[in-house]
Amino acid sequence: MSEAQASPPGRQPVITPTRVVAGVCLFAPFVALIWVSSYAKVEPTLAGVPFFYWYQMLWVLISAALTSIAYVLVRREQRARAARQGGEQA
Amino acid sequence: MNDGVNGVALAVFIFFFALVTVMGFRAARWRKAENENSLDEWGLGGRSFGTWITWFLLGGDLYTAYTFVAVPAAVYATGAAGFFAVPYTILVYPLIFTFLPRLWSVSHKHGYVTTSDFVRGRFGSKSLSLAVAVTGILATMPYIALQLVGIQSVLDVMGVGGGEDTHWFIKDLPLLLAFGVLAAYTYSSGLRAPALIAFVKDTLIYIVIAVAAIYIPIKLGGFDDIFAKAGDALGATNPATGKPKGELAPSESAHWTYATLAIGSALALFMYPHSITATLSGRSREVIRRNTTILPLYSLMLGLLSLLGFMAIAAGIKVDNGQLAIPQLFETMFPDWFTGVAFAAIGIGALVPAAIMSIAAANLFTRNIYKDFIKPNATPEQETKVSKLVSLLVKVGALVFVLGMDKTAAINMQLLGGIWILQTFPALVGGLFTRWFHRWALLAGWAVGMVYGTVAAYGVASPTQKHFGGSSAEIPGIGEIGYIGLTAFALNAVITVVGTVILRAAKAPAGIDETSPEDYTADAPAAQPEPVASAPEKAPAGAH
Repeated sequence: MSEAQASPPGRQPVITPTRVVAGVCLFAPFVALIWVSSYAKVEPTLAGVPFFYWYQMLWVLISAALTSIAYVLVRREQRARAARQGGEQA
Repeated sequence: MNDGVNGVALAVFIFFFALVTVMGFRAARWRKAENENSLDEWGLGGRSFGTWITWFLLGGDLYTAYTFVAVPAAVYATGAAGFFAVPYTILVYPLIFTFLPRLWSVSHKHGYVTTSDFVRGRFGSKSLSLAVAVTGILATMPYIALQLVGIQSVLDVMGVGGGEDTHWFIKDLPLLLAFGVLAAYTYSSGLRAPALIAFVKDTLIYIVIAVAAIYIPIKLGGFDDIFAKAGDALGATNPATGKPKGELAPSESAHWTYATLAIGSALALFMYPHSITATLSGRSREVIRRNTTILPLYSLMLGLLSLLGFMAIAAGIKVDNGQLAIPQLFETMFPDWFTGVAFAAIGIGALVPAAIMSIAAANLFTRNIYKDFIKPNATPEQETKVSKLVSLLVKVGALVFVLGMDKTAAINMQLLGGIWILQTFPALVGGLFTRWFHRWALLAGWAVGMVYGTVAAYGVASPTQKHFGGSSAEIPGIGEIGYIGLTAFALNAVITVVGTVILRAAKAPAGIDETSPEDYTADAPAAQPEPVASAPEKAPAGAH
């Protein structure tokens, strides 16, 4: 998992594709929940619970999953960076 | 309502209370350190907690007894509007994922115990650090007081609060006892006490919520019935306002309020000193990051808990004081012994955060007022001693607050506290990412935000209160109703940016920055051997 990909040594970029994906994962819940009109309704209900409530509780799970993805991505990249910089030292 | 004492519930309550008291005192010997006379030990548990302890500690810290009572109480009173606590706690975690590890690293590197320590080190400004410290203490005090309100509400429902005509001393004796015990073990064990008690607290809370969310809807005929009844009840006209009491989904005009409350509260939560204290007690950067992925379990629980507000409406619970709605629902629905378990969960739920909050406020006083302004050459022993004493004073202050003043005073102050603490965001989070902001501009932005927030909150009237009637007001220039704290924060940010541009152009002295860029990403030093994990957790995959 933590093998460093072959890449040229030297200064490493601040913005990388991995970080962009992690950023999107972290930002998505803000867009979803601040957009109140997208979920401020009673129908469809789920087991009797209005949409407004179960949808937001569903977002607890989605958001936790997205944060976990961001966590794994960031950690993987950090290890790759460390491996590139420090060789086998850890 | 208080027709006699509920003996069985009281016995169960006392049992759990006694259990955590013993644990609280024993905690002093748990994971004992070599040098217990340092603030790192007493105030941060030796900065040694792993993922699971930190999880319990943060969960026990953020989801307080007041939360358990007040969030469903808000749903009980207004319906959908009270549910903003759920998006609020969803947004907290992606947010802190980005900045909390940096704060952990720089604090670990430089031995910072409080946020003000960091602000002083980063900007070389004692006045800015003092502003952050005073704001933290002011915002925390009423929060501790509200934990007492939480205990009071369960004592009331159990019938040990006494009636209106009881002598005040007898009436408040149980509360005084509970708090005396809390103060004693916090004094002797420091942060280790709430860390250990948090296990009991959260286990009880999870059991109670799980049972409540299954058992009560079955008894009430399912969620269809609950929401149908709640919808009818909320649709009824409130005689005080001439409008419906609430709604099941927010109408167009309430969307801004809902969203701004969620964001503003999310931004504010980790500015509170007690959140930071629990964070800094973590053993490594990884512990903090990992926690942002598992803490949402508490949000799920909070969501279920909020729904209890609707169940209370459907069950026909009628209380004058909304804070009693949930304790009353438990007493009506559960068998006595389980009512005792539920009340113990709320009562202990008050002790954990109250302990951490008083430690956090005491640390702020010691590090950023006592050491910076009164006795600069204080030794670690003296620091610890002062912190211990101040933790007692803070609790006594909170007690006087609750007993001496109207309960609404504590709630008003808590409302203000949230607005105030948010004003420290630019200095703290801004400082974690950039040194661009000027210390004087940050101070000016803070001052403007504080004044605006206080004045705006003072001006909010409600049917029952002339001032501090709520936390939302019209946003100038937008015309929608929004959270005052967020408006004040926006104003604060604008002043900070404009002020920085001017001060930089004028070449005002920027202060000395004692941190360096790599401090913000540093992990615990490798030379220090990894302590043996005392809780089951996967070995950090980074160590190989």
